[in-house]
Amino acid sequence: MAEKIRQFVEFKLGEEEYGVDILQVKTIERMMPVTRVPKAPPFVEGVINLRGEIVPVIDLKKRFDLEPTQITDNTRIIIVTLDDITVGMIVDSATEVIQLPQEAIEPAPTITNGIDSNFLDGVGKLDGKLLILLNLAKVLKPQEITQLSRM
Amino acid sequence: MNNQYLDIFLEESKEHIQNLNDHLLELESNPRQDIIDEIFRSAHTLKGMAGTMGFNRISEITHEMESLFGDIRNGKIAVSPEIIDTLLESVDFLERLIEDITENGEEGDRDINIILEKLKQNPGASAQFKEPEKEDKKPEANQNFNEFEERLIREAMSKGLFVWEVLIKLEANCLLKSARAFLVFKTLESFGDIIKTKPIVQDIEDEKFDDEFTVYIISAHDKQELEKSLSSISELRSIQIKEVEQRSFEGATANSGESQKDTVACTVDEAMVKNTNHLKKTSKTLRVDIERLDKLMNLVSELIIIKTRLDGMDEKTDGQKRREAVEYLERITSNLHDAVMKVRMVPIENVFNRFPRVVRDLSRELSKNISLIIEGAETELDRTVIDEIGDPLIHLIRNSVDHGIEMPEERLKKGKAAQGTIKLKAYHDGNNVVIEISDDGRGIDLNKVLKTAIARRLIDKEQAKNLKESEIISFLFEPGFSTKEKVTDISGRGVGLDVVKTKIESLGGGIEIKTVPDKGTTFLIRLPLTLAIIQALMVMVGEEKYAIPLSAIKETVIVASRDIKRVQKNEVTCLRGKVIPILRLGELLDVKSNGNHTDDLTMVIVKKGERDIGLVVDSMIGQQEIVIKSLGNFLNNIKFIAGATILGDGKVALILDVNTMF
Repeated sequence: MAEKIRQFVEFKLGEEEYGVDILQVKTIERMMPVTRVPKAPPFVEGVINLRGEIVPVIDLKKRFDLEPTQITDNTRIIIVTLDDITVGMIVDSATEVIQLPQEAIEPAPTITNGIDSNFLDGVGKLDGKLLILLNLAKVLKPQEITQLSRM
Repeated sequence: MNNQYLDIFLEESKEHIQNLNDHLLELESNPRQDIIDEIFRSAHTLKGMAGTMGFNRISEITHEMESLFGDIRNGKIAVSPEIIDTLLESVDFLERLIEDITENGEEGDRDINIILEKLKQNPGASAQFKEPEKEDKKPEANQNFNEFEERLIREAMSKGLFVWEVLIKLEANCLLKSARAFLVFKTLESFGDIIKTKPIVQDIEDEKFDDEFTVYIISAHDKQELEKSLSSISELRSIQIKEVEQRSFEGATANSGESQKDTVACTVDEAMVKNTNHLKKTSKTLRVDIERLDKLMNLVSELIIIKTRLDGMDEKTDGQKRREAVEYLERITSNLHDAVMKVRMVPIENVFNRFPRVVRDLSRELSKNISLIIEGAETELDRTVIDEIGDPLIHLIRNSVDHGIEMPEERLKKGKAAQGTIKLKAYHDGNNVVIEISDDGRGIDLNKVLKTAIARRLIDKEQAKNLKESEIISFLFEPGFSTKEKVTDISGRGVGLDVVKTKIESLGGGIEIKTVPDKGTTFLIRLPLTLAIIQALMVMVGEEKYAIPLSAIKETVIVASRDIKRVQKNEVTCLRGKVIPILRLGELLDVKSNGNHTDDLTMVIVKKGERDIGLVVDSMIGQQEIVIKSLGNFLNNIKFIAGATILGDGKVALILDVNTMF
C-alpha cells in the first residue's frame, strides 16, 4: 500500500500559511460585491451571488479574532462545503495546492499565536514550511453560530 | 440494506397503503367483488415487497390481512364496520412501521402480536381495540441526557446561561395538538436553543403524545420572561418551568468525567455524522411525469444551441442577429421557468386522499352520518405548499364534522336530509389555487360570536352595533377566541382557527368564511401557485436595498415628521384615526445612516392579521417580481430576514420578514 497523501489548498492570513482539505473546497473566487446581512454574527461579512446561488461569506480573520481583512487584488473567497453548509471564506491570498503525506501532519500545538487551537486540525510540515490545517467543522460550527446570532 | 431499493420500496409501499385505505373505505359502503380483489392485490404486493426487503413484520401482518380478505372473498365472513375498523387499524400500524423504516432504515421493534391476534380471531365480536403502540412504544423515555446533550448543558452553565425544563400541559380538548406544540417551540426558540424534548420532536409532530410534553432549553432569559410569552399561547392548561440543576445529571457522567474530555471532539463529529445520515434517509423525493422531464431536457438543449449561436457572433457587425438571439433566449428562459415549476407541482390529491378516512372515523365516533364529496383533486400546487397545507385542512374538516353538521335527528327536524354533506373543492383562479371546505350544517351563530367578543372585551357594546357581518366573523380568528366558553355551542368554531390562519398566511395565502344559518358554512382558502416567485416592493434604506413582500403591504404613505408622536418609548403616528406603531428600518437593521434627514418620512404600512406597523424607509424604488432564495443553512434564523434575491445587476438584496417585526 502506498502511503496516504492528502491535498490541501494553501492560503494566507497575514503572514501565516494555512491549509484546508481540497475535498472540502468547491471553488476559489475573486473578491466580489458582498451584501451585508444585519443581525448576523460579526464575522459574517454578508452574502454573495455565486452564479445564482446565495452564499454567506465570513471574514476568516475576524473569525479568528485577528485584524479584519484589508481587501487587495490578492484577496480571494474560498468557497467551502461542509455537509449541507456552503460558506465563502475571505482570505488574504490563495497560493497553491500542496500534497502532504499523512505522517507529515502533526496534532495542533495547544498554543498557536493568537488562534484558538480548537479551530485547527493539525500542522502540516513540508520542506521546512509549516502549514496550519483548519478544522472546518469547528470553524463553521453551527451551535456557536446560532448562539452568536441571538446575542 | 441496499438504499437504492429502499427508496423505491418506501415510495411504493406508501402508495399501496393509501390504496388499501381508499379501497377499505369504499368496501364499507359498497362491498363489491372487484374492490375486494383490488385490496387483496395491494396487500399481496406489499407482502411480497416487504418479504424481499427482509421486513418480516410487515409481511406477517399483511399475510394475516390477506387471509382475512380471503375469507371475505369466499363469503365466509360478511363485511362489517368492525372488520373494517380492524383492517384500518392494521393499515395504520403498517404505516407506522413504514415510517420507522423511513427514519431509521429498519423496522424497529414494535410489538405486532396484538394486531396479529386481532386479525386472526376474525374481529366481529370484539368491539374494543387496544391501542398497541401505547404499551410497547416509548419505554419511558430516559430521564438522563445523552453525552452530547450533557456537554451542551455543561457548556451553557459554564457560560452562565440557564437550562430550563419546561413542562407544557395542553387543554384536554385541544384539537390541533401538534400545531400548539409548534407555537410553543417557536416561542421558545426565540429565547434560546432547544436541546431536548420529551417525547422526541418527531412524535410531538405526529401528535403521538397525550396532553403534555417537556422541552429542555438553554437560554439567557429568566423564568418570568419565558412564562410571560408562553402564556400568550391559547389552549395551554398549564406551564411549569424548572431549572435543570447541574447535579441532576452530573452523577451520570462522574465516572466517565475526565476521560471524556479527550474524546469531546470526536463525540461532536459523530453527532454531526449521525445527523447527516439521518437527513439522507428522510430526504424528500418527488415523482415526476417523464413527459415533463423530456420537455425540460428539450429546453435545456435549446439553451445550449442559443449559447453556441451567441458565441459565434461578432460583437460589432451582428447587431440585428444578436437582438434576435437575445429575444429567443428570453423566450427559452421563461419557458424553462414554467417547465421547472411544473416539475415541482403535485396534485392536491396527495393531501385530500387522507380526508375520507378522517371523516369516516370522526363521524363514527360522533354517530353522525356524513358524506364527503371531493372535487378538483387533480388541481396542482407547489410541493412546499402541499406539505404544509394538510394540518390546517384537517383542522377545518374536523370543525365541520364536529360543529357544523348536526346530529341526524336534529337535521330531520329541520327538514334536511339525515346525511350531512361536506364538500372539499379545489380549483385554479388566476395565479391562485382556491380550496373550499363547505358543509350543509347549522352555520355560525353570529350573535353568539358577537356576545363572546363583547364578553372578552374585544369590542364594546356601542361599537358592536355597527359591525358588518365580515367583521364579526373575523373575531373567530382572534387567538384563543371561544376557548374559554366551552358552554356555548359555538366553542370550537374558534379553537385553533388562529393557528390555521397563521399557517395559511405564512404560505402567502388568505382565508375567508361565509356562513348562512342552517344552510352551512364555507371556508375559502386562497393559496399562491408557487412560493418561489413573489411580487415585492423594493426600498432603499441608507445605501442598501431591501425587498418587502407585496402580500404584507397595506399601503405606502408620506408622513410629516411633526405627526410622529411618542408613546412611552415607542414612536407612533395616527393614520385615518388609527394609531400605528412606527419602526425606523435604518435603526432596526443597523444601517449606516446617510445623514440627510427630511421633514417628510416615507412609510410602508405592513400588516399582520389585523395589526399594522409603519416601516420608515429612505425611498422606494418600485414593484418588482423577485425569486426567493434561501440564505442557506449557515445563516438560518437571522432576525427580520426571510431570504434573499438576486437583482438584475447581479447584486443580492435581502427580503424582509415582516412577521417577525410585530
